[in-house]
Amino acid sequence: MTTYGRGLRGLSLATIVLISVALALVFFYAPLDADQGFVQKIFYVHVPLAIVSLCGFVVGGLLAIGYLRTGDRKWDMRSYVAIHMSLIFAVGGLITGSIWAKASWGHWWVWNEPTLVSYLIVVLLFATYQPLRFSIEDPERQARYASVFGVVAAAFVPLNFIAVRLAQGFVHPRVLTLGGGQLPGPMRLTFFVSLIAIALLFATLWKYELAAKNTRMQVRRLRRTLLGDDSVRPLGRSAAPS
Amino acid sequence: MSALIAAAPALPLHSAGKYVAAAYIVFVALILIYVAIMARRLVRNERELAELRREVLDRPSAAGDPELDAERTPWQASDKEPVL
Repeated sequence: MTTYGRGLRGLSLATIVLISVALALVFFYAPLDADQGFVQKIFYVHVPLAIVSLCGFVVGGLLAIGYLRTGDRKWDMRSYVAIHMSLIFAVGGLITGSIWAKASWGHWWVWNEPTLVSYLIVVLLFATYQPLRFSIEDPERQARYASVFGVVAAAFVPLNFIAVRLAQGFVHPRVLTLGGGQLPGPMRLTFFVSLIAIALLFATLWKYELAAKNTRMQVRRLRRTLLGDDSVRPLGRSAAPS
Repeated sequence: MSALIAAAPALPLHSAGKYVAAAYIVFVALILIYVAIMARRLVRNERELAELRREVLDRPSAAGDPELDAERTPWQASDKEPVL
């Protein structure tokens, strides 16, 4: 039996501590940006949310490979939860990015900016993951089709990233590069602490949701074993693995 | 901590402040909404578990049947909370 709750308390505490440290660094340590001023503080929440959501989509695809290789439903559930969490983080990234765009460019959204549009395309692509699952009633087929979709869509993320990097003429800054980036030391430290904090938050919520789903499935299984199939209320059509 | 605050730059909470506040409020709100939804699911799980436990204990054959006792899981036999 898989116990997803193990280590959750320690992980939760580490997340809370690191988020507090990150917030302290953002508002009391990182210097003000010479160009944008105070509004640049949004960078420390927007960019980690976007990066972690993209990594989460890729992790979801890798976990889906686990299901396709083994046929074990726990991999499907892990993949489902990773993609589900990534979508929530991506929505956060889109909203905070939009707020930042309004503050610094004067527009909520800029359609001729490849970074923004490509990110939106990735998010919309993964937004179809749940409706796809919802449209298939048979649990086995649901898991298999969703896994194939997850793998293909996850492969799209790095391709998209490379395409955007090769694109010319953009407004969106390229702060992080393989050459070390343009961030000064205190800003870089604050950014990486924020990134690790958001990644830990992702891991904590992922485990938390897996533990909740696992508990629910065990309760249903227990009910079925003890009281018979008739005692279990039908789940109905659901996008979540059952 | 006081040394850190003294060394820190002042927070210019003028026009840019509302945008920064809005971005961080969105972040916190997302987490709070998620935790609230998970708390609701937890309550539902607990309710179902309590219901299941009541139904099992109320069964006529629940007491005094050695075969049933043997089939019971340890938490039922010892009347302790299940570890799920």
